[in-house]
Amino acid sequence: MNKIVLTAVMAFALGTGAAQAASNVPTPAAQKWGFSGIVGHFDQPTLRRGFQIYREVCSGCHGLRLVAYRNLKDLGFTGDEVKEIAAEHEVFAGPDEEGEVLVEGDLRMRPARPTDKFVNPFANEEAARSSNVGALPPDLSLMAKARKKGPDYLYALLTGYHEEPPEGFELSDGMYYNDYFPGHQVAMAPPLADEMVEYEDGTPATLTQHARDVVTFLAWTASPELQDRKRMGIKTLLFLLVLTGMMYALKRKIWSDLH
Amino acid sequence: MSGSKIEFKNPVLKWVEYRLPIFSFIDSSVGSGYPTPRNLSYWWNFGSLAGIVLAIMVVTGIVLAMHYTPHVDYAFLSVERIMRDVNYGWLIRYLHVNGGSMFFIVVYIHMFRGMFFGSYKEPRELLWIIGVFIILAMMATAFMGYVLPWGQMSFWGATVITNLFSAVPFVGEGIVQWLWGGFSVDNPTLNRFFSLHYLLPFVIFALVFVHLWALHEHKSNNPLGIDIKGPQDTIPFHPYYTVKDLYGLGWFMMFYLFFVFFAPDFFGEPDNYIEANPLVTPLHIVPEWYFLPFYAVLRAFTDEFWFFSWFMSWVMDAKLAGVVAMFASVLIIALLPWLDGNKVRSMRFRPLSWMFFLIFIADCILLGYIGAMTAEEPYVTIGQWATLYYFAHFLVIVPLVSRLEKTGQPPESIAAAVTKKTEEV
Ligand code: HEC
Ligand code: HEM
Repeated sequence: MNKIVLTAVMAFALGTGAAQAASNVPTPAAQKWGFSGIVGHFDQPTLRRGFQIYREVCSGCHGLRLVAYRNLKDLGFTGDEVKEIAAEHEVFAGPDEEGEVLVEGDLRMRPARPTDKFVNPFANEEAARSSNVGALPPDLSLMAKARKKGPDYLYALLTGYHEEPPEGFELSDGMYYNDYFPGHQVAMAPPLADEMVEYEDGTPATLTQHARDVVTFLAWTASPELQDRKRMGIKTLLFLLVLTGMMYALKRKIWSDLH
Repeated sequence: MSGSKIEFKNPVLKWVEYRLPIFSFIDSSVGSGYPTPRNLSYWWNFGSLAGIVLAIMVVTGIVLAMHYTPHVDYAFLSVERIMRDVNYGWLIRYLHVNGGSMFFIVVYIHMFRGMFFGSYKEPRELLWIIGVFIILAMMATAFMGYVLPWGQMSFWGATVITNLFSAVPFVGEGIVQWLWGGFSVDNPTLNRFFSLHYLLPFVIFALVFVHLWALHEHKSNNPLGIDIKGPQDTIPFHPYYTVKDLYGLGWFMMFYLFFVFFAPDFFGEPDNYIEANPLVTPLHIVPEWYFLPFYAVLRAFTDEFWFFSWFMSWVMDAKLAGVVAMFASVLIIALLPWLDGNKVRSMRFRPLSWMFFLIFIADCILLGYIGAMTAEEPYVTIGQWATLYYFAHFLVIVPLVSRLEKTGQPPESIAAAVTKKTEEV
């Protein structure tokens, strides 16, 4: 059995088999993102709107297991606000002083703290699949880096649904047609639409605005270091440019006695 | 690495030097006591650059290892912890990850430099062969390092490559299980890869030491490819080449750090940001870019490949042929000193070789491109012809062209060439 699997893998990877998959999706259009480019940075109001969408929509199905509530301070939340957001969720409390792990037959729970990671919407993979026609909503922490052209792809995916599949396309039960998802059939119902959430700052609540905001938020969850990184990069490269210039002058001076 | 002793006034230095002549050693290796051809071009910067990248890799790697957990359940998470919670962990990791790519860029240029200027020829054959051992050790190190973050590409890359050994007749299956420490790529595999990934760079260090030992015996070759005839042909390494190397290092660091700070995942595969999952095979398994030409050679050998079915199918199956060809494509480089039969080193005086050298580089790039493509037409056929050309370059073109071509006349001496140039200006 083991051997069969391996042979299949080999055949697949080395292409001696007939493995050709899903190159039938269009390349997502390049969007303008505030965080791309050399001086790119995250816009805080955008991040907060994106977080709001995650919290009110996506978090029903998707986790962010690599992000801690305390990280939300990056979005401008105060310590108390972070505490409140965390406390909306519950985590296992573990044993009490007497070593008891159950109360009235259930596992002891406590409210989440800022140091806890975002609590997963489902207790386990089985629960997640059974609520999603057998599909697993993937963790979104790294999603913006885990797909080619991550942010552009996410934007295209979130805005790329069609009510009806094109003529002749067989859509399975409980699946949705999307231009950009590999194979076009996705088990996720269109999560966003116009007026999906109401923004506190009065930004128009359109589908494209929602998509932009949540993708920016997911770019932050994937690369929280982005801003520090680019800022340090500019300083370092400028420093190196000067240093290299000085080295060049020194080199010319030292070599000048040879010619 | 002998050379003249230096005198010190400082009593402490004098005391040390008398007991352990370390200062003369340094001076005669990379100091003013090491005579170097006076006409080296910037292509000669890449050896010292490789040494610096090696040092950066070791330092960043040791720090990463302080925070990394080699266990299938924690490896991926520990890497993300480095990225998010360790102070400047993202910087250390991105330096290390991009440093790997830089290492290969620098060393590939270093090797092409050696090919162009005939640096592999008498008396530098061993220097060259040690170089081939270095690139093999680098490949093994890089391959095992890529497995450590335990992403999808880590896992499936490791599965595909370790599986190659199953092509060995009779004992193949046994070798593969021995490599894995089990019946699939799993925790024991990850552990031993971590152990070896930590060890191999020090082996590379040792190899580089021997590489330089051999280099210093006959000194550097030079763009004219002629021997050093006397002191008028050389200048001391320090300060002339130390400052030239430092200046080149400046440009190189800007190139390297541009990726680190502004495009840190440029050389990476998005799939490796998905945790390894033995139950889900990625759509398209590709190795890191620096393996792509060799990967294309590996995949060229299919049952339908005419060269295979005519000449090889009676001794081995296509899979074994691919594996043999892949290893041969690296090892054959070590034979260059004997495949090339021309006494003139530098291709500046060998226009025909020069032309075939450029075609060879184009072929390597083409192979790299094919290595990144899915196995479908026209890529398969192109890859097979590019593979044949790769071997033909070494086994047919170089031996024939080098022996038949009309070469130009290199100048009498380095000094003569340099003074002539100055007079012309
Ligand atoms: C009702 C549950 C549900 C909600 C709400 C939901 N998703 Fe999903 N999502 C899924 C499921 C199920 C999948 C897996 C789809 C599949 O594999 O076919 C998925 C997949 C995804 C993927 C992966 C696509 C890929 O390339 O593999 C992304 C990205 C994603 N969702 C983003 C979001 C975002 C952003 C939101 C909030 C705006 C959201 N989802 C809301 C259920 C949901
Ligand atoms: C870790 C990797 C390596 C390091 C650190 C390294 C280091 C060096 C250094 C410092 C020099 C002298 C400077 C120069 O000529 O550029 C040198 C020369 C040389 N290296 Fe390497 N090297 C490495 C890999 C290789 C490989 C893979 C090859 C070939 C297969 C190779 C072949 C040579 C040759 C032929 C020379 C002499 C060049 C000449 O004098 O023209 N090296 N190396």
